[in-house]
Amino acid sequence: MTIGLSHYLTVAAILFTIGIFGIFLNRKNVIVILMSIELLLLAVNINLVAFSSYLGDLVGQVFALLVLTVAAAEAAIGLAILVAFYRNRGSIAVEDVNMMKG
Amino acid sequence: MVLQAVFFYIFAGICVASAVMVIASRNPVHSVLFLILAFFNAAGLFILLGAEFLAMLLVVVYVGAVMVLFLFVVMMLDVDFVELRQGFLQYLPVGALVGIILLVELLLGLGAWVIGPEVTAQVATPTPALSEASNIQALGEVIYTRYVYFFQVAGLVLLVAMVGAIVLTLRHKEGVRRQDVSAQVARNKATAIEVRKVETGKGI
Repeated sequence: MTIGLSHYLTVAAILFTIGIFGIFLNRKNVIVILMSIELLLLAVNINLVAFSSYLGDLVGQVFALLVLTVAAAEAAIGLAILVAFYRNRGSIAVEDVNMMKG
Repeated sequence: MVLQAVFFYIFAGICVASAVMVIASRNPVHSVLFLILAFFNAAGLFILLGAEFLAMLLVVVYVGAVMVLFLFVVMMLDVDFVELRQGFLQYLPVGALVGIILLVELLLGLGAWVIGPEVTAQVATPTPALSEASNIQALGEVIYTRYVYFFQVAGLVLLVAMVGAIVLTLRHKEGVRRQDVSAQVARNKATAIEVRKVETGKGI
């Protein structure tokens, strides 16, 4: 009944898969895609902290701190782009993002 | 030990269930709220792992700032979310395929690894015992000394993100009278006043 490292890694793997699945499932809704990316980064953080805890090494938590920072910055920039895009087009559907004809 | 297992299963179960609800719920506001629940339970997992500082950071930064930002944006945009759900079932098979392949790969990877003995012997910054220093104190002693550049880079990333978000969303409206400090400072006697000699009995 003891909880080992692999338990945490399994939870992180399941969360990561849910995040990837969410990106595929909600291909039209950018907000849910951004939330799925947050789930992916959360799974990575759980991995980092679990290894840090079980190896007795603090560096993993320092990395997790950096990942947290980058995730917060990414969310802020992503939502800012979303708001700017909505002002220009009046829609946030992914298939409307074709102004640059890429 | 049993208590730890019980709490692990509670936190992990709620975390995974709410993550499923994040991607499956119809209303994006519900998605954001379920994401908050997922982050709370992940913070519980972090506490079980002994990373109290990161758990508090997750609650304060994510639930307090990022998720509220999400909530504001979701509620501010006037979007027909039902229309965005079109094709949900169309993407389900390929998404499920990719997801299952990924999960199988990850779990196969999980079943196959062992931590080499030389890895545990060469720990870069060993965690001090809890009787010597708490988690936040130990982390502070590491990030302000050996990983100070990491810390600075994290601050720079946040600064750039803040400037970028402001630049992207700020727009100047036409017809709004603003204070122009340089024009105010550059005023002199010649531009400010005009001296006219007014003759008696006549207007200007």
